[in-house]
This record gives sequence, C-alpha cells and structure tokens, in this order.
Amino acid sequence: MIQTLDRKTAPPFHALEKIRIAHALTQKLDNGVPVSIINAGTQDLVKIEFVFSAGVWEQSHSLQASCTNAMLDEGTKTKTAAEIADSIDYYGAFLEQDVNQDWAYLTLYTLVKHLPSVLPVMEDVLKNPLFPENEFGILLQNKRQTFLVDNQKVAHIARTRFNALIFGKDVSYTYKLKVEDFDLLKRQQLIDFYNTWYKSNNCKIIVSGKTDNQIVKLLNKHFGGNDWKAEAKLPEIEAGKIQSDPKQKHLILREDAVQSAVRIGRILFNKLHPDYHSMKVLNTILGGYFGSRLMTNIREDKGYTYGIGSRLISLRNAGYFFISTEVGVDVCKPALTEIYNELKRLRNEPVSNAELDLVKNYMLGDFVRSIDGPFALAEKFKKIMLYDLSYSYYDEFVETVKNITPDVLQELANKYFAEDQLHELVVGKV
Amino acid sequence: MIKFEKFTLDNGLRVIVHTDNATPMVCMNILYDVGARDEDPEKTGFAHLFEHLMFGGSINIPSYDEPLQRVGGENNAFTTNDITNYYLTLPSNNVETAFWLESDRMLSLAFSEKSLEVQRSVVIEEFRQRYLNQPYGDVWLLLKPLAYKVHPYQWATIGKEIKHIEDATMENVKAFFNKHYKPNNAIMVLSGDITIDQVKPLAEKWFGPIPAGPDFKRALPIEPEQRERRTLTVERDVPVDAIYKVYHMCSKYDKEYYTVDLMSDILSRGNSSRFYNELIKKQKLFVDVNAYVSGDLDKGLFVVSGKLVKGVKMEDAEKAIDAELNKIKTHLVDEKELTKVKNKIESTRVFSEMDIMNKAMSLAMAEHQESADLANTEIERYNSVTAEGIKEQANKIITEQNSSVLYYHSKKSKV
Repeated sequence: MIQTLDRKTAPPFHALEKIRIAHALTQKLDNGVPVSIINAGTQDLVKIEFVFSAGVWEQSHSLQASCTNAMLDEGTKTKTAAEIADSIDYYGAFLEQDVNQDWAYLTLYTLVKHLPSVLPVMEDVLKNPLFPENEFGILLQNKRQTFLVDNQKVAHIARTRFNALIFGKDVSYTYKLKVEDFDLLKRQQLIDFYNTWYKSNNCKIIVSGKTDNQIVKLLNKHFGGNDWKAEAKLPEIEAGKIQSDPKQKHLILREDAVQSAVRIGRILFNKLHPDYHSMKVLNTILGGYFGSRLMTNIREDKGYTYGIGSRLISLRNAGYFFISTEVGVDVCKPALTEIYNELKRLRNEPVSNAELDLVKNYMLGDFVRSIDGPFALAEKFKKIMLYDLSYSYYDEFVETVKNITPDVLQELANKYFAEDQLHELVVGKV
Repeated sequence: MIKFEKFTLDNGLRVIVHTDNATPMVCMNILYDVGARDEDPEKTGFAHLFEHLMFGGSINIPSYDEPLQRVGGENNAFTTNDITNYYLTLPSNNVETAFWLESDRMLSLAFSEKSLEVQRSVVIEEFRQRYLNQPYGDVWLLLKPLAYKVHPYQWATIGKEIKHIEDATMENVKAFFNKHYKPNNAIMVLSGDITIDQVKPLAEKWFGPIPAGPDFKRALPIEPEQRERRTLTVERDVPVDAIYKVYHMCSKYDKEYYTVDLMSDILSRGNSSRFYNELIKKQKLFVDVNAYVSGDLDKGLFVVSGKLVKGVKMEDAEKAIDAELNKIKTHLVDEKELTKVKNKIESTRVFSEMDIMNKAMSLAMAEHQESADLANTEIERYNSVTAEGIKEQANKIITEQNSSVLYYHSKKSKV
C-alpha cells in the first residue's frame, strides 16, 4: 500500500503544556548581602554575578560609571592589571564587567573545579582596586577612539541623539557624552564613585550553574564580612524631569550616507506599568519578531532594508518605545510612509485572530526558549529581582499573552501609538 | 562531551541525534555543503543570496517562517566561505513541523519571481549596511583579493560587488539549487528533547522520499605559494588609522591548524595576552590589536589587525607588531603560557555545550569537516600542541614573502 505524503498540510499543532520556570532560592550572607542561587544545568560551570546600583543614573560626570567599572580589574593593592588578567585566564575563567543605565555588573564565569582559585581574585578586584593613573589614561584614550568611530555610524548617531530627543536635557538617562568629556574625567571621581556605590549594602549576588549551598560558605568567606560596607547612607539621586523635545521630526544630514538610520518612538513606561505585558504583545505584532508587520512590509514585501524592528525598553525609573531601521537613502521616504501606515493600521483595524494566534504561540515558544539553561534562568530572575518583582510577574505575562484580544490591542494602539505623540529622527538623507 | 547517534538515509542524508532532556525544546540544524567558494567568479555573493531565497516559500508551502512561528519556533541561517547553515528551535511537541518545513524546501523551492526581486534588494541593503556604510566595513572586500589570486576565497561571502547581486536571474537560482541542495549534500542534526527512535520515522517519512542528486565533486583551483610581499594603501573617512596583515596558513583539515590557532591565542586572547600587554598597555601604540585564524576549510589566513592610537605612525605600529611576531618565531613559548591558552580552550568548549543550538552546530560542522566525533575529540588536538610546534609554524607562516598588508589610513590623519 502506497500512501502519498500530504506535504501541503501542516502537521497538527500542539499547545505548550504548562510552562515551568525553575526558581532562584535567595539567602543572605553574614553581612546581609542577598545571594540568589539557581542550581541547574549539566555542565560543571558556574556564573557568579555581582550587581550594584551604580549605573549612568548614579553618576554625576559623564563616563564616571563605566570607567569605574572598567577599572576594577586594572590593578589592586597587591596585583598589577597583568597579574590579575593572568590569574583569571590561567584557569580558563572569564571576568566580565558591564554598566548600563541603572546597574553595574561584575561577573565571573568559571569551571566549578577552579572556583577556589579564582574567587580570591574576584574578591581582590572588588575590594582593593587602585585605579592606577597609567591604566586610566589608556582606558580613556581607547574609549575616546571608540567614541569617534561610533560617531561615524549612522545607527549609533540615531540611537544616542534620539535618546536626547525623548528624554530632554535634565534626566540622568539622557545621552550627554561629548568628546571633551574624555579630558574632564579625573581619577579621584572614580575613587569617589567606587567608595559610594561598590559596597556590600548596595550589592546583590546571583549564582547560577551546577552549584549548591556549599557556594554560600565560599562566598561568605570572601564577601560575607563587614570590611566592604559603606560608611555613609547611600545617596538619593535627584530624578530630573523628562521633557521630550517639542519638535517631533528631526533630520541630521549626512551627505555621503548610502543608508539613512531611522528612529521613531516615544517615552512610555517600565515593566511596573499595568499595560506593559499587553504592550509587549502589541510591539511583537508591530516589529518584535521576524514575521512582524514592519519586517513583512518593509523588508519582505518592499526590500527597502536588511532589517527593521521595534522594542520596548524598561529602565528602573522610566521606559520608552522605538522603531529602528537602516534604509537605502533612495527609499527612505517611502519607508517612512510605510512605517506610519503600519502604526495607523494597528490603530484603525483590529488584528485578525489568525495573526494574533500566531503571535501568541510564537511569544510562548520564545518565552520557553528564554528560560533554557541556568544562565538564561539567572537572566530571567535578574529581570524581576531588579524591580523587586516576584515570579508571579511571569505567570501574569503568560496569562496576558494567552488571553489578550484584538479589541484590547487596538485600544492600546490608539492610546500609545498616536502619530502626534511620536518623535522621528533620520540620520542620513530623506 | 556531546553524546550522539548517527544514521544515513538511502538518499544519502546524514542524520545525527543528541538527546538533552533538560530542555523542552528541540533544535534542528541543516548544513548544506555549499559556500561562497563554490560560486562562479562572475556571480559572486550567490550562495548567500540563495540562503535568503530559501525563506521565500517552497514547492508545497508558500511561507516558511509563518507556520514555524505559529508553533512557537524561531529560525535563522548563515553562509560562510565553505558552508550554508540553517537552524531552528521549537517546542519539542511540535517537532514534526520542522521536518515538514525543512524537507519541503530540500525537495524544491517555489522559485517565486517576487521573492527573488525582493531578496536582491534586501541583500543589496545588507551590502550597504554592513560593508559600505560602516567605518572599516570594506576591509575584507579589499584584503581578500589581495591575499588570494586564484582560489575563490578571493571574494567575501556578500560578493565582490553589488552588480553581481543585481544580475542574479531565476535561471541561476534554479541551477544552484539543483546542483547543491540535495540530501546527499546535507547533514541534519537534531538536539534537545528528542530521541533517535523519534527521529528515525520522521526522517524517513519526510526526507526519505527526496531523490538524491549526482554527487557534487568540488575541484577548486589551488592558491599558488605566495612569493613576494603584497601591500595595499587606502584612505578612508575614518577617525583612526588601521593595519591588517594576513599570512597564508594551513587548512582546517591539517593538524597544524590547532597549533596556529593557539599561537594566535597566545598573541591576543584576553587581557593577559602578549599583544594586549605589550602593544596596548606598555607601548601604547594600539587601541585594539588582534591575531586570529580565519578558520576556513581550505588553506586559510592567519590575521593580525590593529587600530592605531591617534598620532602613532603606521610604520612604528607595524614594526612593533613585527617585533612581537619575531619573538614567537625565535623564542619557545613557556609552558605556563601554553597551559593557559589550552585551559581557555577547554572552558570555552564546556561553555559552548550549554545550549542545544551550539551543540547541534558543533556536531554538524564536525561531521562536515571529518566526523561528528571531532566535536568531542578536537580538544585532544589542541592539547597535543607543543611549544616547538608553535615556533615551527610561526617560522613557516610569518615571513615577508607570505604576507599581504593593508594600510588603512584615516583621511583626517593625513591633513
């Protein structure tokens, strides 16, 4: 019996069973520093992440937060920068530093077997940095050149200038970096910043990988004492007022550009807002995945761009939404028209059930993808911990995705995607 | 260690399965043994353009992405000099959708005119975005033809020029598909929440009926030994000068490949490396300076690249690089330094085995190069590298006559 294979019909779809997310267990070191542990995975690896609220928000000078963070491993009371690098690299470990608008991170990745060898190095870096003048000079020089290179990229200019358009001048989040700032920053400002913020009472630790409670003992030994506590109370930061530029449309002309970078968006809210989960769904439909309306129309139908997308950004004290793309200068105008058409379509027509079902399944699949493995679980945990949220946040997200209706989405589009509330920036030519 | 099982369908499709029950997802990775090196010199960029067309609908299914997203899946692909690789992840209970989609586009594409027209534009925008409208974006467009005169590595995967992409016709597309996109020219890996007993019937059902094609025999011209130093000087609107020095080296099939790879790690991997400490920190000549291997299957390149500190003269920067290279030619690397780079290889390997997509790709690449076992045994090749071996390779590769140098000047610095 020969059965012909039906290649035209899709195999039956099976909904995801209950989504389970492994939880972090939090306890405290002797000095009160919270340590959250995610024990998962099969590889003999562990990631230890120290988080400080020591981001751009906390700084009083441009570059202060990022340079302080980058200088931590550039020399301590007992070790030179080269010795520190050697003692990390020798064990195949990785020490990463990072700073964003709100937070500063110091992260160690290592094979479990080398933990006792590399943890003392991490302790030294965190507690005894010297901020040597020579290393600081090199860092500034190198950052300055990166800055100059970045400023030749239309996408970079669009990103930084757009930020200033929507936040206005007074907010800590506003991108203010100028080339002169590289000459103004002083070593003492790093030391001050370090002494204020890189302290045990401003620190949270997340451990993920193949680990257990033994690690708490080890962490207590190196980080559980009262020798790195801030003497003074942590300062309060003046928030400043968000004042988006009154003019909506902006062009930064680049005569020689072959592509224009485009940003369209607005100030919105962060993940604490009741509409946030629903807006995630609306944003996915608009520009949050490969099959989104913007990609389908502007890339897959018109071929105007290599890529286009939209995002919601959640910060500790604000949030925003933006669409971004780079398009050929010859098609920039029609691309802009199509972007506004897609926003209008979301305002004027309900999303079809077929499209919404697809997006719901995609988002749930994507959610499961995002909790795969210990490091991914740690990221997921971090995103709620930093906002003092509990895991019920993710249950609410899943429920919102499952139950949202076309009417609600259309209402949100009218509420938040009105054309007169959007800022537009083109870098290049229109 | 990635455990796997392997079988081959009658049509020649090789199938590899790695079970990992820690995840509710499955990754399907399909590697086609075709890359930019298989292109006609007058139609470059075609393998990559073709990769885009693989998403433009297949013979029985008008859209590839939509049905995959509908079951919670996500996918992507990339093209290199040597291969084209497609991968997707989806919840394991919908894995049959992956078999359905991937087998249909292996069977035949829809060959839609609209898709060709649109993807030509998309790829041209990609060309502009990544190679033309970016500071230093055209470096490889310049370096490749400088280093290779005969072998097809002389062009980048995006192609020599936009015109080649503009000129692509449907006839070309069909011919390319018929030549390269056959089950006997592909390797499929499944990893994640799936077993070989689940894979076998699905593979037979969906891929079994696809006819094999004639075996593709690759006969590429061999790059002759380089006999004199080549240089190219350009001036661009970039803020700082940069230098790129490339040297011909062995292929990835040779055991010496691992020696050269570790040599490049000693020179520039991490903040404890020689370049970092000597050229950035001590002499303050570079903002950024790297050594690495191109990792090609045919004879590849050992690359040194650096961005100069403003005000530093190009010749001083080059001299300092040469001095470091000379050290590695004349002095044996010490054991501790060698152990350090080997330890880094070991830990990087363990890190890369954390997710099912990386594991699937490792297995596919290893099977394509030699055998899937290589994904697990490659580490031994690194571990057997010796200080003497590094010195020997350094002396063989790093010579004046084997070098091609690109001096990339900032317009502003000349003023």
